[in-house]
Amino acid sequence: MEKDNLLEISDLTVQYNTDDAVVHAVNHFNLNLVRGEARGLVGETGAGKTTLALSILRLLPERVGEVVGGSIRYNGEELLTLPEAEMLPLRGKKISMIFQDPMTSLNPTHTVGDQILEVLDLHFPEMTKAEKAARVDEMMTLVGIPPERKGSFPHEFSGGMKQRIVIAMALVAEPELLLADEPTTALDVTIQAQILELMRQLKEKFNTSVMLITHDLGVVAQFCDSVSVVYAGRVVESGPVEAVFERKANHPYTAGLFNCIPDLNDNQPRLRPIPGHMADPRVVHEGCCFADRCEFATDRCRKEPPVMHTCGDHGILCHLYENKEEF
Amino acid sequence: MTIAKRRKKSLSEYSTGELVMYRFRKNKLAMFGVVLLCIVAVAVMLAPVLSSYEAVSQMHVSDRFTAPNKLYIFGTDEFGRDLFARVLYGGRISLLCSFAIIGIAFVVGAVIGGAAGYFGGKVDSVLMRFVDMLMAVPSTLLAMAIITALGNGVWKLVVALAISQIARFARIVRSAVLTLRNVEYIEAAKCYGCSSLRIILKHILPNGIGPIIVSATLCLGQTILSISSMGYLGLGVASPTPEWGTIISENKMNIQAYPYLGLIPGICICLTVMAVNFIGDGLRDAFDPRTKN
Repeated sequence: MEKDNLLEISDLTVQYNTDDAVVHAVNHFNLNLVRGEARGLVGETGAGKTTLALSILRLLPERVGEVVGGSIRYNGEELLTLPEAEMLPLRGKKISMIFQDPMTSLNPTHTVGDQILEVLDLHFPEMTKAEKAARVDEMMTLVGIPPERKGSFPHEFSGGMKQRIVIAMALVAEPELLLADEPTTALDVTIQAQILELMRQLKEKFNTSVMLITHDLGVVAQFCDSVSVVYAGRVVESGPVEAVFERKANHPYTAGLFNCIPDLNDNQPRLRPIPGHMADPRVVHEGCCFADRCEFATDRCRKEPPVMHTCGDHGILCHLYENKEEF
Repeated sequence: MTIAKRRKKSLSEYSTGELVMYRFRKNKLAMFGVVLLCIVAVAVMLAPVLSSYEAVSQMHVSDRFTAPNKLYIFGTDEFGRDLFARVLYGGRISLLCSFAIIGIAFVVGAVIGGAAGYFGGKVDSVLMRFVDMLMAVPSTLLAMAIITALGNGVWKLVVALAISQIARFARIVRSAVLTLRNVEYIEAAKCYGCSSLRIILKHILPNGIGPIIVSATLCLGQTILSISSMGYLGLGVASPTPEWGTIISENKMNIQAYPYLGLIPGICICLTVMAVNFIGDGLRDAFDPRTKN
């Protein structure tokens, strides 16, 4: 079944070449994003989520970050070989990104109005000044900031308001794809809910596809249609939110993540953290990258890398699911 | 003024640039600096009206060392030349040359330092080794060497002194860019499609401009003096062509007996440097929206 894929990432491998070691940040990463879909990307700190987002925009740290293999196709067009001059108009207009910390992602010397305006200046040179100003006002209203505040500087805003401005900047050009890198992590819970609701509304309004990077499964459940669980730069499980959150069949790592969430209905006295630490990204694993921390790991897991076993849209990268027809 | 009035109506109608201007105008000290610099500049420009060029070198032997009076507002020097005319015409060279020197050094230094800091790696290494080369030679010596190679002349002096100042600006701009280039809002600017040049000019420069401006304004006074020390060595502007620093140095034998000979051009240099410093401070504060006013 051919779906209308907006973004197809296949076998993407990214490494950082530092002075003392090669860090394998993203390994054979596969992901298909259907147009209009909201995809959650969940994983621990250091799993390679942000690296992935930066690779899509081709903004990996120069000289250090290197795409070793694989492909990123956007609307069927290969991004990795696109010349920089053709990448520039894509950034911000077709693909835009929201950063984790709104405190630092706005330029302190420009008014917020000017910063939204700049995106229009860059990508819509044909618009008149009045049209642009009207668009800025409209966008500010949409994100819930009165347009009268466009002459204010970022330091005059609270964190939640800044994140609204960042969202306005990211969406003012009505991009097809929004990469949201932990957009709510730096905010408190009440504001977090508001920002997610706002993103959901705007996503519906502009029919934007969203890739939401987070380590919060709650946020995924609230916002996303589907989810990819990332461990050590690989997708270990992916599928529709319903299938994954059903908790009938999960990758041991995903199961571990679920066990880290406090459950009020459960009388369990303690949470069950996943033992051990994130796999060292400098080491190339022979078998399954999660084997060292997995309670079900066998000798085979340590020697032979698992392949993706799928049931419908739900895929799990684990030997345990090799012979199961349905899960 | 008009902005201040209209601003009461709607806070938000103004762009960043207009707000910078607004804050600058509200800074009294900075406006004082502007007025002061304007007075000096206008006086210097009106030199032919206020005096005549002949008076610069005309010697009134009978009126040697006349203290300031109605006929000679600033007095006369050891040859009986009118100090007023010399200071006015000298100011033309001093102001023009020093601003030109700072301007050229700033632009070239900013381009070199900006590129080195922003692109890093090989670009950085090559550019900064070139800057190190400039720094290895004392700046006066370097300027002398360049002038000797190019030949004498006011504009050659400007080029020589500008080159000798490039290193300092390149270093300052580079360090400003280095601290800012990995900041998240620069990353964000890349993400919404800014080109490198635009990021440097629009996002990095306004944030790092404070120390650069301060250094440039401090450099100005020094430059006026180095023009004169070059003149003293017979390079660039040489006596009898007047220039503020030259006037001081040609009168230095007589300053003890006739202090006005040193004081008057000295005060002119001080006022100009002070005015530029006030303007510089005002600009720095105006670019930083977090300063209160």
